[in-house]
Amino acid sequence: MRRMRANSAAVMALYLMAAIFVLALLAPWFNPNSADTLDWAHAAARPGMQGAHWFGTDRLGRDLFVRTLAGTRMSIVIGLAASFISLAVGVSYGAVAGYVGGRADQVMMRMVEILSGLPLVFFVIFLTVMFGRSEYLLFFSIGAVGWLTMARIVRGQTLSIRKREFIEAAVASGAGTPRIIAKHVIPNVVGPVVVYATLMVPQIILFESFLSFLGLGIQEPGASLGTLVAEGVGEMETAPWILVIPGGVLAVLLLCLNLFGDGLRDALDVKEA
Amino acid sequence: MIPILQIEALSVGFLNSGAMNQAVDQVSLRLAPSECVGIVGESGSGKTQMFMAAMGLLAKNAVARGSVRFEGQEILAQKSALRRVRGSKLAMIFQDPLTSLTPHLKIGVQLAEVLVHHNGVSWHEARYIALRMLDQVQIPEPKRRLHEYPHELSGGMRQRVMIAMSLLCRPSLLIADEPTTALDVTVQAQIIELLRAVREEFAMGLVLISHDLAVVGGLAQRILVMYAGRIVESAPAEELFRHPRHPYTAALLKCIPSVFSAPRTRLPSLAGQPPRIGEKLDACAFAPRCPRAAERCRRERPQLQVAAAGEFACHYPEEL
Amino acid sequence: MIRYFFLRLAAAVPTLLMIVTATFFLMHAAPGGPFDQEQVLAPEIQANLQRSYGLDLPIWSQYGRYLASLRHGDFGPSFKYKDFTVTELIAQGFPVTFTLGVIAILLALGIGIPLGTLAALHHNTSLDHATMSLAVLGIAVPTFVVLPFLGLLFGVYLHWLPVAGWEARSIRHLALPVIALALPPLAYIARLTRGSMLEIMGAHFIRTAFAKGLPASTVILRHALRPALMPVASYLVPAVASIMTGSLVVESIAGLPGIGRYLVQGALNRDYTLVLGMVIIYSTLLISLGLLVDLLYAWLDPRVRR
Repeated sequence: MRRMRANSAAVMALYLMAAIFVLALLAPWFNPNSADTLDWAHAAARPGMQGAHWFGTDRLGRDLFVRTLAGTRMSIVIGLAASFISLAVGVSYGAVAGYVGGRADQVMMRMVEILSGLPLVFFVIFLTVMFGRSEYLLFFSIGAVGWLTMARIVRGQTLSIRKREFIEAAVASGAGTPRIIAKHVIPNVVGPVVVYATLMVPQIILFESFLSFLGLGIQEPGASLGTLVAEGVGEMETAPWILVIPGGVLAVLLLCLNLFGDGLRDALDVKEA
Repeated sequence: MIPILQIEALSVGFLNSGAMNQAVDQVSLRLAPSECVGIVGESGSGKTQMFMAAMGLLAKNAVARGSVRFEGQEILAQKSALRRVRGSKLAMIFQDPLTSLTPHLKIGVQLAEVLVHHNGVSWHEARYIALRMLDQVQIPEPKRRLHEYPHELSGGMRQRVMIAMSLLCRPSLLIADEPTTALDVTVQAQIIELLRAVREEFAMGLVLISHDLAVVGGLAQRILVMYAGRIVESAPAEELFRHPRHPYTAALLKCIPSVFSAPRTRLPSLAGQPPRIGEKLDACAFAPRCPRAAERCRRERPQLQVAAAGEFACHYPEEL
Repeated sequence: MIRYFFLRLAAAVPTLLMIVTATFFLMHAAPGGPFDQEQVLAPEIQANLQRSYGLDLPIWSQYGRYLASLRHGDFGPSFKYKDFTVTELIAQGFPVTFTLGVIAILLALGIGIPLGTLAALHHNTSLDHATMSLAVLGIAVPTFVVLPFLGLLFGVYLHWLPVAGWEARSIRHLALPVIALALPPLAYIARLTRGSMLEIMGAHFIRTAFAKGLPASTVILRHALRPALMPVASYLVPAVASIMTGSLVVESIAGLPGIGRYLVQGALNRDYTLVLGMVIIYSTLLISLGLLVDLLYAWLDPRVRR
């Protein structure tokens, strides 16, 4: 932790990130406007104090401050939820493959290899096409493809601790395989898992906003940062703030998450498997 | 006569997160032309770093002070002088010949580039000289080897390639850092034999660095024993084997297996750990492990003193 | 090695067939059909349309017919763009997407590798820190934010470059899309190169090369660079995949007439043949690139050849 604090960029990123999180949560209490009220009197208004539209409004007069923060909240929620799914699936898959070993391991890791060779977007496009567009499905399908790296890392870690004394002691004391994996293997791979989970969140947020940008993710009137940027691109020559504000927030959020994850990785000195 | 290599008060330290770890501590030595000197010591005694400093191959966090002269020319402070001789007149070979050769370049390229760079000959000519050199270090089918990659050769053959590479520009001094440690026992003897042969043929100086007195003993005319970054004894090889003065040398000698020792008896190994270098300046570094240590050894650091045949640094040396 | 290469080449065909089959059945399993979203059609007309495209047949014989036409290199007619065959649509847009992608990957390699090498050689200096900060930026900020921001800066405010649009052989129109597209892989390649270069520069054979008296430039270019490029080679396929996905948004933002839009639109419209055609094109590209990377490995590290 001391080394983490020495990394000033990561610390700054953490503070900025915390500020964005808090703002995104508290936005509704801050500002009189709501995310989907249409204020026709101030459509496409510039940022300023007019009607308390601090960041201006979009083409339909919706308040950009509130909408951007609502989008941020959506992006963060989906990012965290999908990361959690990836984490759960990846950790159990990797721990089982690494601990059981042998043929099972080979087959399981071969599958991971094949899946990670496919471009994710194609897969998710098909899923969204097949089952229609819904937020739950969105984070489920992103989460389902994000687990691959995690599985690989956990497997590598598991292989290296499998031969250690405390595992052998547990085996000798008659504990069953599922119990050993749950009680002894997983707790001992937490360090690298935490690091890669923090690095996974920005990737998943990026991916979600990418899909939303393409119109495959969050749908109107809901907003994620991706849909807001897509809206802004259409207006960029006449009302650039509609693009710049959500785009800037998305860029800063992702940058902070990446810097923080990198800092954590360097501080804990975790090497990729 | 100008010494081929003259090291004066050389110190090497490594900066690690603000703290300086001393690896070589005020060492001086001279080498006569075409002399063969053995440097013996445990790993971490500074024997390798001393010559890495001379070759300008220290890690980035290292600091070297003192003076190193090669054929009378300062090469520690003057990098341009070092650049002129490094790899041509002053050559070095290393412990692990597999990792010391570039894996993706053919043997022929790795040999020829030395000549192309130093002598400015054409690649074609350089390959021809390289071919003859491979023959000289007794590599079978040298023509085929030129087109092979390091991983296609055996360990002994790789070390022969390393030796051939170092000889291409006819060096006047070759530094061999643990040249046999990574090899099988039978191959070890062949490599030592080869070094002996090429040293005579090229009339060059040879520094043989090893943790093993037995390896050095057969070849070196003079042996320097290093402990904790300092030279603790220096003597002609024969004298050192017959009458070691420093208790550390004596202990090392007991570790050499001999044809006369009973096959079942365990070889004695040295008890204890060498100290962290630079820890204490006012005591003999070997005192904690020394059977002869007395109160004075923990109070006063022994300086190198001239003896009949060589030098040693001990308050209570072994008797003659 | 040559045998291995041909084995991989032979394996590519069943892989491709598997991808096509999976896509085919996934598409057809999805609810809805190509003619649902159009203005409400009389049932007879709808049935006629279905029949003329063979959609009334059992799915297995549709699959058989599709494979049969593929054998002749025919991707079939598009369901949505009714006057065009899929081959025509792809042939129109492909050169644009391909040009964009090739320039982007060359840019990423051509700048990323030297940048990463320089950062490694000046480890822990301000040059290193600056490069790595730039790399985080490139990795973190999404293409669809970078491109409009670049457009805003260089197009709307400075008027140096066009914000969007396309003219054949116009570098000015390609500049911003290419930069936005190249940025993430460029950043990643710089990072990878720096990491592996740092590791390689500590290797024993680099010490030997310096001991031989070779100048630093020779040591780096002849001895260090090739092994340092191994991780970059492994990243090539993901890099191209990321450029492909990036081109989906870049083309739509910059209004380039490439094939990127067909994938998403085709999937949404249930334009079965168009999506399948796109999947075949993209998969073939990635699979052949994978084969190329295998050859590259063998060049980078002769120990792989056997």
